[in-house]
Amino acid sequence: MKPKVTIQNIQKVYKGKTDVLAVDTINFDIMENEFITILGPSGCGKSTLLRMVGGLEEQTSGHIYLGDQELVGPSSNRGMVFQAYSLFPWLTIEKNIQFGLKNKGMKEADRKDISDSYIELVGLKGFEKHYPNQLSGGMKQRVAIARALANDPEILLLDEPFGALDSQTRLIMQELLLNIWEKKKKTILFITHDVEEAIFLGSRVLVMTSRPGKIKEDMPIELPHPRTYHVKSDPTFIKIKDHLTELIREESLKAIELEVQK
Amino acid sequence: MQDPKTAVNDASIPMYQEQNKKETKRRISWLQPQKAISKKLYLSLSISSFILILLVWSGITYTHLVDPLFLPTPTDIINSAVTLFTELGFATDILATISRVFVGFLLALIIGLPLGVLIGTFKVVEAFFEPVISFVRYMPVSAFIPLFILWIGVEEPEKLAVIFVGSFFSLVLMIAVEVGNVRKELLEAAYTLGSTNFGIIKSVILPAAMPGIMEITRLVLGWAWTYIIVAELIAAPSGIGHVIIESQRMIRTSNIIFGIIVIGILGLICDVVLKIVTRKLFSWNYGR
Repeated sequence: MKPKVTIQNIQKVYKGKTDVLAVDTINFDIMENEFITILGPSGCGKSTLLRMVGGLEEQTSGHIYLGDQELVGPSSNRGMVFQAYSLFPWLTIEKNIQFGLKNKGMKEADRKDISDSYIELVGLKGFEKHYPNQLSGGMKQRVAIARALANDPEILLLDEPFGALDSQTRLIMQELLLNIWEKKKKTILFITHDVEEAIFLGSRVLVMTSRPGKIKEDMPIELPHPRTYHVKSDPTFIKIKDHLTELIREESLKAIELEVQK
Repeated sequence: MQDPKTAVNDASIPMYQEQNKKETKRRISWLQPQKAISKKLYLSLSISSFILILLVWSGITYTHLVDPLFLPTPTDIINSAVTLFTELGFATDILATISRVFVGFLLALIIGLPLGVLIGTFKVVEAFFEPVISFVRYMPVSAFIPLFILWIGVEEPEKLAVIFVGSFFSLVLMIAVEVGNVRKELLEAAYTLGSTNFGIIKSVILPAAMPGIMEITRLVLGWAWTYIIVAELIAAPSGIGHVIIESQRMIRTSNIIFGIIVIGILGLICDVVLKIVTRKLFSWNYGR
């Protein structure tokens, strides 16, 4: 089977007084319908990697392909959900969700149908006419997800979307996202520094090293679907979690050592 | 056996021992930094500052502590106001001043808004315009008046030029900063939703910056009120500034003071109206 997205020899160097190698020679494929979570210690360049896939940052060298097409710059074929504050505060929830559809020139009635269905999907029925500042953090991220999905992108990129939420809301949002993925069979690339989140959501976890970020381990997660939070107490889950926690810990310690040496 | 009713009041039950405990003094809330006070207290304090000014003023004038030539009594001011309006056609002067401020300011806004948005959006435009505009902004408007008179005479265009120059450069720079501060996340989100480089100006940058631009408009319009008087003090056939300078020649101190008060009131009305309109139009920016 041909991969949906190919990431080939990606490198990112931040130029400055001393050049910093942030991401070092990353290679991997994303298959259709895969839910890949990228797990890494903070500052490892995982967000940079995602932003390069999204076209918001340019790689120093290497190529990213969607099918056979090389990707340059952002476009509506890659939907993105940011950590926070990315909703348009002057638009109502439904207008936020319709934003990309309007860019495509879709008629208002059709836009409304689509936004209604996604508002329902993320459980925000009744909030169509609310403004973002009337919503809680978790609800805002629901809208952000719905907005990205409504555009029907080839791949959905999520940059620690639940990082700013409290742990209860976070769990609910994880289940919601997983549920959407199970239903809609989207291709997803998801960044997180939370080990449990990476395993719970992912059909495959890529672990990154500390800076410069490389892929340290590529691990398929063979826990059955549909998953609920109960899977987090499954022995297999706990085994994987122990293993990945150890990996991340090693990398975090390395990062701290480097920091101290400076 | 004890009656259950009296048993409830028994001090040996922990809940009811409170009366034996010492109370800690509450802090005085209005001495706590940034602590909110009640609306009623706020309003009465605001009003009392005006009343205090009025009291001090009355105190030193009615008792003839101060020469009425320097500071007339409140009654004198009211009498001047009546004479100004009934005999000297002060209403026409007020209208002349208002129309100069609005026309001059609107011209500055019509050209300044697009230019400010472009400077705030595109670095090439910023590099070209920003240094020049920053330079001109620090030149005092009043110093330009002799030049304006030389170039365009003493008629209406000269008055408008003063207002225009006084507000244009500040407007452009402040709008540019406001536009440049639009959150990057919003632009990035728009790009991933298919927005184009130019489409994003209309669909994201303008709506995001609009409440701030309204605030800037309100602020700079306030300054425009001060420039108009400077313009009208020199060679103006009408206007509040003209009345003030005429009154100076005839040593009518009370007219001068009333003129100043009228300008203050007009400025305040503009300010309040714009504030209310901004809050109504951009309610999404001001909480629920």
